[in-house]
Amino acid sequence: MASKIKVKVKLKGDVAEVKSLMLHPMETGSRKDPDTGATIPVHHITELTFLNNGETVMAVHCSTAVSRDPFFSFSFSGAKAGDTLAVRWVDNQGESDSVETVLG
Amino acid sequence: MQLSRRLFLQGSVALAALLAIPRALVAAAWPEKAFASKAAAEAMTALFGTDQATPSSAISLDAPEIAENGAVVPISVETTLENVQSVSIVVEKNPRPLAVSFEIPPGTLPNVACRIKMGQTSQVMAVVKTDSGLFSAAKEVKVTIGGCGG
Repeated sequence: MASKIKVKVKLKGDVAEVKSLMLHPMETGSRKDPDTGATIPVHHITELTFLNNGETVMAVHCSTAVSRDPFFSFSFSGAKAGDTLAVRWVDNQGESDSVETVLG
Repeated sequence: MQLSRRLFLQGSVALAALLAIPRALVAAAWPEKAFASKAAAEAMTALFGTDQATPSSAISLDAPEIAENGAVVPISVETTLENVQSVSIVVEKNPRPLAVSFEIPPGTLPNVACRIKMGQTSQVMAVVKTDSGLFSAAKEVKVTIGGCGG
């Protein structure tokens, strides 16, 4: 399955500005299905990690209070063109997704 | 029989490994207790061991004054504090106040943004952990339509 993470990196000198958007329902567990009235189970990303050349540059712990289809941005220094930035998440139902992009 | 014995062994090894990990490393795992807390102070105590954070003008918390849609509230936090270890966002009146927590390794700039859900008008607090303690900045965000699935 194609990755549902989009990541854009802008290099300014050795600082990389990362913007990432991923598709995920981020269900809170308190919503009900309008047709059946059944509660939709909790389903949210728990951990999101950004690795530059295998080294963690950002780890995000998420709750259900992160919006559906989460967006994150941050910057890190020590980046250079040709570095590989990997983004991966796991959710509370054990699903995961990841994507890699080359800086520059 | 073979299989269950193996499972048991794997389980014991995992448990032993878990017990052997020092506290500092445990903090890097998903902090379930903090995220399950129903009060802001409780969540902070679970995450940091204290609910006391010093208000700091070195933190700039950017959030809308009025969020039309509580399901998508853009929040960004930037700070000039040094040696930042983590940035957490706490929404006081959400059913579970701790929204998100960013672990910031050395080299990463303490400048993060994301979008969160808010159930109702509430104080939003950015809690920044540095090697010299906890600092915070807060701002009230008015919500016209709640985003917690009501």
